[in-house]
Amino acid sequence: MIKIEQLSKSFGKLHVLKNIDLQLEGGECVSLIGPNGSGKTTLIKSILGMVIPSSGRILFEHKNIHGAWQYRQDIGYMPQIGEYPENMTIGQVVDMMKDIRRMPEAEMDMELYDKFELHRMLDKRMRTLSGGTRQKVSACLAFMFNPKTLILDEPTAGLDPLATEILKEKIIKEKHKNKLILITSHVLSDLDDLVTQITYMQDGQLIFHKTIEALKTDTDTDKLSKAIAQVMRTEGGLR
Amino acid sequence: MNNKIIKYVITDLLRNRTILVYTLVLLALSLSIFMIEDNTDKGIASLLNIVLFVIPLVSIVFSTIYLYNSSEFIALLVSQPLKRQTIWLSLFIGLATAMSLAFLVGVGIPTLLFAPGISGITLVIDGLLLSLIFVSIAMWTSVRIRDKAKGIGLAIMLWLYFALIFDALLLFALFQFADYPIENLMIAVSMLNPIDISRILILLQIDLSAMMGYTGAIFRNFFGTHSGMIITFIIMLLWAAIPLYFSTRFFKQKDL
Repeated sequence: MIKIEQLSKSFGKLHVLKNIDLQLEGGECVSLIGPNGSGKTTLIKSILGMVIPSSGRILFEHKNIHGAWQYRQDIGYMPQIGEYPENMTIGQVVDMMKDIRRMPEAEMDMELYDKFELHRMLDKRMRTLSGGTRQKVSACLAFMFNPKTLILDEPTAGLDPLATEILKEKIIKEKHKNKLILITSHVLSDLDDLVTQITYMQDGQLIFHKTIEALKTDTDTDKLSKAIAQVMRTEGGLR
Repeated sequence: MNNKIIKYVITDLLRNRTILVYTLVLLALSLSIFMIEDNTDKGIASLLNIVLFVIPLVSIVFSTIYLYNSSEFIALLVSQPLKRQTIWLSLFIGLATAMSLAFLVGVGIPTLLFAPGISGITLVIDGLLLSLIFVSIAMWTSVRIRDKAKGIGLAIMLWLYFALIFDALLLFALFQFADYPIENLMIAVSMLNPIDISRILILLQIDLSAMMGYTGAIFRNFFGTHSGMIITFIIMLLWAAIPLYFSTRFFKQKDL
């Protein structure tokens, strides 16, 4: 579904991504893990066309995304911090997204919208919202248009346990619809039961891309967080 | 062109308190000037000085701050199925509409009520063009500079340059070359500053050019003719279009 070939990006002298090769397919829930500043967000932003790569290319369903914009119709993106125009109400933001996507009402996926009870606060202005509520709005918008690919940047940060559960259930459900779900998260335990593949990045390099079973066998542990901690130790020790 | 975003940008801007205050201050100023001054030409001359200072300042500083504060929102729009060019031009149209509306309500309507005539209309058209031009310059500076404080600083510097420093330099040059026939050159040089163009155009309309001596006559010869007016108008439009064009080109390649 997404194929990344020899992707590099530098900001001035800083090499944020170094020759990344990665292939991601539908039906998988891929977790993108790495220390702070390892290039996770830059990689995600490159896929979304927000960052223009220095070299290499990204194919979305076999088409180069460079200069294209229609492909984003098939991507739902939940940013780390959802910022919206302060004077707009939740209702207006939702309407704006509907206008941008132009999808018939019948095809839209309103499950999260109903479960998070957004309809009860449509008149609230964005500047009055707490971080958690903003996250809920972002999540609803990412899932609303039934995209083939979901990119979630730290989705559970700021959400209360109840909302986190709802979101997790939704992610699992979408995965079974043969969608690709790409998640970055620091809170590993949150993801233990839904991730199928792990991609580990460090210093702008892709260290490995494995299924979760392979990772657990390789590191001789049964918990994801322990496996990752083990990897981080060994990777740290290598240098 | 997806005009849906424009609608939301304008809705957001029209709810903005700064725009509202700006409109009311302009309205208060122009009403009080016209109430005090019996002679409408004198009224326009007084209003002119306010328009030439305040409109560029508010247009450039407000637009710059708005663009920096919207950077996260712009990033969100870029992640949606939208062309970057559409997003950027929608922001321009939104800002330009909001500033022009504020000017029209604050200065345009009182001027056309109290001083209808060619000089009043010239003032209104000039104010609208100046709003567009300085929004356009703000688009260019804020896309080039990432740091908000530096960006706003540059916006204020540019305003100072166009409003004060340029004229000071021009005056200095004028005295230095007072013995040479530089009047035609002056016309060309004044085209480098949209505020100067506006000032000359309006002063010519209210017959103060008689007090400007020989230079005034030369100006009248150029700006008073139809072709002169058309050339000036085109140059004002270029002042709005060129920064916008370069900012759009840069925005298409920008990392967000």
